[in-house]
Amino acid sequence: MSAEREEVLRIEGISKKLGGKPILDNCSLTVHRGELKVLIGPSGAGKSTLLQCIDCLIPPDCGEIWLEGQRLAMNDKRGLCAYRAQVGMIFQDFNLFDHLTAEENVAIALRKVRGMSRKEAKARALEELGRVGLARRALLYPAQLSGGQKQRVAIARTLAMDPRVILLDEPTSALDPELVGEVLAVIRDLARGGMTMIMATHQMDFARALASEILFMERGRIIEQGVPDVLLAEGSATRTRDFCAHLLEMGA
Amino acid sequence: MLDTVFFSHDLLPALNKGLLVSLALIIPAGSLGFVGGVLLGCMRVFGPHWLRRLGDWYTALLRGVPLAVQLMMIYYALPKLGIYFAPYGAALTSFILCTAAYQSEYVRGALLSIRQGQIRAAQALGFSTWQTVIWIIVPQAARRALPGCGNEIIYLIKYSSLAYLVTCMELMGEGKVVASDTFRFTEVFLTVGAYYLIMVTLATWLLRWLERRFHIPGFGAR
Repeated sequence: MSAEREEVLRIEGISKKLGGKPILDNCSLTVHRGELKVLIGPSGAGKSTLLQCIDCLIPPDCGEIWLEGQRLAMNDKRGLCAYRAQVGMIFQDFNLFDHLTAEENVAIALRKVRGMSRKEAKARALEELGRVGLARRALLYPAQLSGGQKQRVAIARTLAMDPRVILLDEPTSALDPELVGEVLAVIRDLARGGMTMIMATHQMDFARALASEILFMERGRIIEQGVPDVLLAEGSATRTRDFCAHLLEMGA
Repeated sequence: MLDTVFFSHDLLPALNKGLLVSLALIIPAGSLGFVGGVLLGCMRVFGPHWLRRLGDWYTALLRGVPLAVQLMMIYYALPKLGIYFAPYGAALTSFILCTAAYQSEYVRGALLSIRQGQIRAAQALGFSTWQTVIWIIVPQAARRALPGCGNEIIYLIKYSSLAYLVTCMELMGEGKVVASDTFRFTEVFLTVGAYYLIMVTLATWLLRWLERRFHIPGFGAR
């Protein structure tokens, strides 16, 4: 069905060993424009490592990455920075810059990486903060924001770079339950607006409702993938469904 | 009673002359030592393996040997290798080398305290390594290091009094001369002590002001 859709990101044969232990084993996936791929799987399955390998924050041992048809040369430092500037990354624990206000957190990469003037960058930062509903918090420092607000600032910071694709590493796992909704709402709006994303999450309702495709990971491999309705259908004997049933039992 | 003539004619003019020499030691040693400490600290955290080792050895040596001994080495031992220093130059060099070693320890601690996640986040936005260091790590590390580095400046003000050991006539040296000439040790050294106390107090105020000026919510309590 997605044959005519434009391919944004393709990874092939990504493997990674840490301390002699294989963490990722020959992972491949392709994301097309406007798709939301959801990675699920037990803790330690390698979801987070896979996302960080895709952004080369952890350099993969082997494998190849193409962004919009261009192969990434991982040992070319300049090329790598340019690549990362086009691939957004949202972390579990936000990782805002503690010494900068919300507005400066969004603006700094625009100025230093995109080379915008201070004024342009500020205007763009305020626009993005408005988009995540935080225009009135622009002058606060991370220490003065709630977890949900911090994550929304992090999303605004990524959006400001006009990324081709956004990688989200369990964006709501570090949040208090009552704050999860506001972050998911922002991500939902992005998905509906056609943003291309790969997201690791345990929010199954969210995945079921919005994912174009679910990838199930276990022991460093992608072992199942398909549209949510098929993988999670009543009576389908998939690992994904077992896992979700298990999550439900645990009251998640 | 208080001999005002002794103070106004003998002691204070001599001490004021010494104070100028002391300041001429403390200000350049403090600033150059700080810059050296930042470079050395960065080298010991971000440098290649061999450079880190070199920095660690340097720090271990300078912190492990009394400053008085270092001064003696620079003033009396280096001439044997054909390197000559005037008393002022010997004292200044030795203070810069020593204070840089101590400062590098505060800087290193501050650099290591920056959360790895922020470095990742900067890289993920496309920052190069240097941009990350300059725009993300250093501004935070500087705030974390400020109290420690300030403490080192306070120490420096006081250990600058060792310069008289190599006949550099600063505050302590001038005081000692007046005291031996007049045998008024109590008055002289009480006054010398007061001079140092005033310098340290002023420096403390300045450092407090700097801390307040660069305060950001989330960096230490206020």
